[in-house]
Amino acid sequence: MSVPIQPLAVSAFTATSALGHGLESHLAALAASRGGLRPNDFSSAPLACWIGRVDGVEEAQLPAAHAVWECRNNRLAWLGLHQDHFLERALDARQRYGAARVALVLATSTAGMGATEEAYRRLDAQGHIPADLRRPLIHSPHSLAGFVAEALGLEGPCLTVSTACSSSAKVFANAERLIRLGLVDAVVVGGVDTLCDSVLFGFNALELVSPEPCRPFDQARRGISVGEAAGFALLERIDAAPRALRLLGYGESSDAHHMSTPHPEGLGAELALRDALERAGLRADQVHYINLHGTASLKNDEVEAALVARTFPASTRASSTKGYTGHTLGAAGILEAAFALLAIQHGLVPGSLGCTTPDAACGPQLALENERRPVEVALSNSFGFGGNNACLAFGRAPA
Amino acid sequence: MNTLPVFVEGIGLWSTTLGDFAALQAQEQGDAVTPPSARPPATFLPANERRRAPESVLLAIEVAGQAVAMSERSASELLCVFSSAYGDQLISDYMCATLARAPAELSPTRFHNSVHNAPAGYWTMATGCHAASSAISAGPASFGAGLLEAASLSQAEQRPVLLVCSDIAGSGPVGEMSGSRSSFGCALVLSPEQGLRSLGKLMLTLEPHAGLALHPGPPSGAWYESNPTAVSAWPLLQNLACGEGHCTLAAAATLALRITLEKVA
Repeated sequence: MSVPIQPLAVSAFTATSALGHGLESHLAALAASRGGLRPNDFSSAPLACWIGRVDGVEEAQLPAAHAVWECRNNRLAWLGLHQDHFLERALDARQRYGAARVALVLATSTAGMGATEEAYRRLDAQGHIPADLRRPLIHSPHSLAGFVAEALGLEGPCLTVSTACSSSAKVFANAERLIRLGLVDAVVVGGVDTLCDSVLFGFNALELVSPEPCRPFDQARRGISVGEAAGFALLERIDAAPRALRLLGYGESSDAHHMSTPHPEGLGAELALRDALERAGLRADQVHYINLHGTASLKNDEVEAALVARTFPASTRASSTKGYTGHTLGAAGILEAAFALLAIQHGLVPGSLGCTTPDAACGPQLALENERRPVEVALSNSFGFGGNNACLAFGRAPA
Repeated sequence: MNTLPVFVEGIGLWSTTLGDFAALQAQEQGDAVTPPSARPPATFLPANERRRAPESVLLAIEVAGQAVAMSERSASELLCVFSSAYGDQLISDYMCATLARAPAELSPTRFHNSVHNAPAGYWTMATGCHAASSAISAGPASFGAGLLEAASLSQAEQRPVLLVCSDIAGSGPVGEMSGSRSSFGCALVLSPEQGLRSLGKLMLTLEPHAGLALHPGPPSGAWYESNPTAVSAWPLLQNLACGEGHCTLAAAATLALRITLEKVA
């Protein structure tokens, strides 16, 4: 049994994905039910599938001072930091609290893997990494957080969380603990994952990639569409931003079942959900919207649909936004936290793009079309390989 | 909170020359130590998993199992944090080489074993642990950042936490980037409160703006310099072997973590 937490202010947040750069483009795409998937034009060898690729990453060159961190994943991070004035908001927090009192907890599953793959495609004559990519920093899981810490000039605790597709939901839990213990006053959380051959051909090898745009929760779904995204949020105590949206709770658990298949009864997912509700001090019927993990894999959607159907009343609305963005893996948690926050901010429950005939396991909660309705409390589910589960709860400041 | 206190209840250790914490204690006392087998036994894993598991998983589970056994805690009750600077470098090398040559031939098993949380996944499966598990990295500060994360988790949740820090030797072109040339892992079971199994008390203090103090000195040729986790964990492990002492580790690029180890009454 978890104890309720003091809510934290989400005093700034931003998202960049196949839907565009920044929150406005995401909101506009959701409102128009306009997805961002495209036929795969990314992998180094042909692979017939659809992807959620971010436009403009290749052009987002890092400043010369940070050139040692150059790789596509960090370009996406840099692009993402510049949306919604997030960079300014983070620097303002550093100014207010001091560089050592602001922590950085970022998630990634790919980090700079794309650069390492490129190095292997053009090894030098002696079989070594070519000179231009012989930069150890980018061939490490910590390449994202290392770069962002330097770019923002932060000197507090700095951590990479890499638990596959739950990674960037879990960063909110790390942040809450650091603030609760008084180790820091604010935390920049986020996640950045980029398309690369490893994830495209890896999920393909597991027969989890759909040949068509993914269709979460549809009876005829055929697997995931891999995407990429960057997202960030600034968390502080509520007295620093009393009107801001709030992190109300979080839950974390392990399936203890299988490396790449969810527990058949959704045991871990349910534990994470219960943990989040307990920490938020909420009952299930107080939840208005759930942004589901909803990858469009056969197993995930079946298990998650059943969990929602047995736990929530029909008044709780639920949907997957992966039909819009693809599955952005280590960035899915932060991207979908942004969708949950937008749902509260704008009273918009996004429909499950790509789903026309719901799986028999789905309850009446699943929103197929957009619904305009007040959303006071929203959850976001994120589940990863290794049976790693996280659930986040967000809400509004009391009127 | 300026100082985080945690109590050590179990210690696991594996290197090419030391097979457990008792071997380190013996070595510190000047006794001869027999090197362990090349492959960590990882007896917490079911036999079929043990045969198939990648080296990074065997190493992490070996030291985790040692620490939990020493603590006499139930593994399924422990929150766990797995830290590694580079994850499974053998799989990274395999994946990049295969993707460059014949991407469609990528092994699905090696792909799902490539996730940074593979050791956490296998550990929670082997022990039936449904508690929160995490997999983290912080470059050369992966040990210090892991200790800070595990201690803050233990204090915030008022629950015992298993911390595992491990890195295998690198391989192939990408191995040249990590500079990891040997395999090393260590694990601690940490508790927020003193108990019957407490071996010592750690007091952790953050010391910011410590950039210069954290720069590594010139290489001395010591064996632990061949592994990123070993080089950062070594001062604390030596203190643990003798029961007390101070050391300062990197928790981030310019953030020092001062660790005082005290004997418990």
